[in-house]
Amino acid sequence: MISFNQVIKRYPSGYEALKGVTFDIAEGELVFLSGHSGAGKSTLLKLIAAIERPNSGSVLVNGQNVGALKGGALPYLRRNLGIIFQDHKLLFDRSVFDNVLLPLQICGFDHRESGKRVRAALDKVGLLKREKANPIALSGGEQQRLCIARAIVNRPSILLADEPTGNLDADYAREIMAIFNAFHQVGATLLISTHDESVLQDSGVRRLVLKEGVLQ
Amino acid sequence: MTRAFAQHLGVLRAVLRRMFASKLGGFLNILVIGIALSLPAGMYLLLQNAQGLVAQFSGTPQISLFLEMSVKAEDVERLRDQLARHPAIAGVEFVPRAQALEQLKQSTGLSDLIGGLQQNPLPDAFIVHPKPGDAQALDTLRGELAKLPKVGEAQLDSAWAYKLEALLKFGRIGVLILASLLSLALIAITFNTIRLQILTQRDEIEVAKLIGATNSFIRRPFLYFGAAQGLLGGIVAWLIAAASLLLLNTQLDALSQLYASQFVLRPLSFGDSLSLLLFSVYLGWLGAWLSVARHLSQIEPR
Repeated sequence: MISFNQVIKRYPSGYEALKGVTFDIAEGELVFLSGHSGAGKSTLLKLIAAIERPNSGSVLVNGQNVGALKGGALPYLRRNLGIIFQDHKLLFDRSVFDNVLLPLQICGFDHRESGKRVRAALDKVGLLKREKANPIALSGGEQQRLCIARAIVNRPSILLADEPTGNLDADYAREIMAIFNAFHQVGATLLISTHDESVLQDSGVRRLVLKEGVLQ
Repeated sequence: MTRAFAQHLGVLRAVLRRMFASKLGGFLNILVIGIALSLPAGMYLLLQNAQGLVAQFSGTPQISLFLEMSVKAEDVERLRDQLARHPAIAGVEFVPRAQALEQLKQSTGLSDLIGGLQQNPLPDAFIVHPKPGDAQALDTLRGELAKLPKVGEAQLDSAWAYKLEALLKFGRIGVLILASLLSLALIAITFNTIRLQILTQRDEIEVAKLIGATNSFIRRPFLYFGAAQGLLGGIVAWLIAAASLLLLNTQLDALSQLYASQFVLRPLSFGDSLSLLLFSVYLGWLGAWLSVARHLSQIEPR
């Protein structure tokens, strides 16, 4: 599903974030990506969504060489990905409901169908009662869950999460991991970057460990 | 098809909501566009009316040839042949002096006065219909005909109409220049409005790109906004022109009563009104498009 082959990413400043990374993630797999901050976790996720392009090596998603995609093809790649951003990237000029509606509007779903889907997604993350609220009124954990609802509303086959439990206390973190597990149960492929030891203790889950741009 | 349509309708609704939410700012923009467009529209309206006036009074131009009082029947025949063969003349009509007097009696209501005349003071005349040409060609023809033997005088009817026509051409160029300049201004206004909108919606654009929005999806609301603003501006311009016309007409009514004539300014025709609105929609759209093309590519998610 996701396959990196000798990927090198160097930023214009000269800083080398990834130094020849190779791995494969199969369809339906749940994988943790761990490592200290600055180890290249965010860069790796950005390469999958083609927010950044590799300097050498190849990044394949669903058999497509993402690094070589033309600008016009990018939207269709991204619609197949659910991305949970470290900084949430929520829009504060609209309600919780409308934030989750955005991906469906982008794909051109009709009104009634998208309303149902938005409520289903909000229900999964436990925010159905807050649908009319402005995201700014939500707590950190709620904002994180809203971000998850927006990522899953389109039912993507791949879910990427960048530090989803970053600033949350253990209870919230557990809640969020439970949501991810439920999503994994229904067959989605998940790649979750984290340096949260309490989450990583979840045994039996495959781990990719990055250290200074190299997989351990 | 219906789904795509519903989607576009949804975008339009959102755009209008945003426009009305901005209240004063949006209203001022529309007013500025309306005033800018109403100037050339109003001038065009006046020119159209003057044009109508010219057409009403001039018809097709003709030259009246008044013959000397002493002409004989054979002179008339010779002249008629000569005129008929002339390359710049489409047709001739002979008006004998008796018939001319009769017409004068009937048309002026001066039959008592004319009846008292000892003799017919009117000469025989030809009415010459020239082939279509410009004012100068007509004037040359008139000069040429005036020099023919037995011709007393050649008069170019509707010469003033030609002069007015030339003046109107001048005015039309003025309107064209004004319209072009103000169209540029309209494009600039829209360009700037959209630029500000793009800047304030930077986050939204970035997020939309990240979750798979195509460029046309992102562009669409801005283009619709530009077009809608153009349309509303066009409507304001139309209303300004119509209201000015109404004011002018009330004043004109008093004036034309003094001159015992009936002259009212006609409003913009349906076709012209439609052109005005379509043109302002197009300009708004164009301004938005230029702005979007210029600014949207600068926003790439990081």
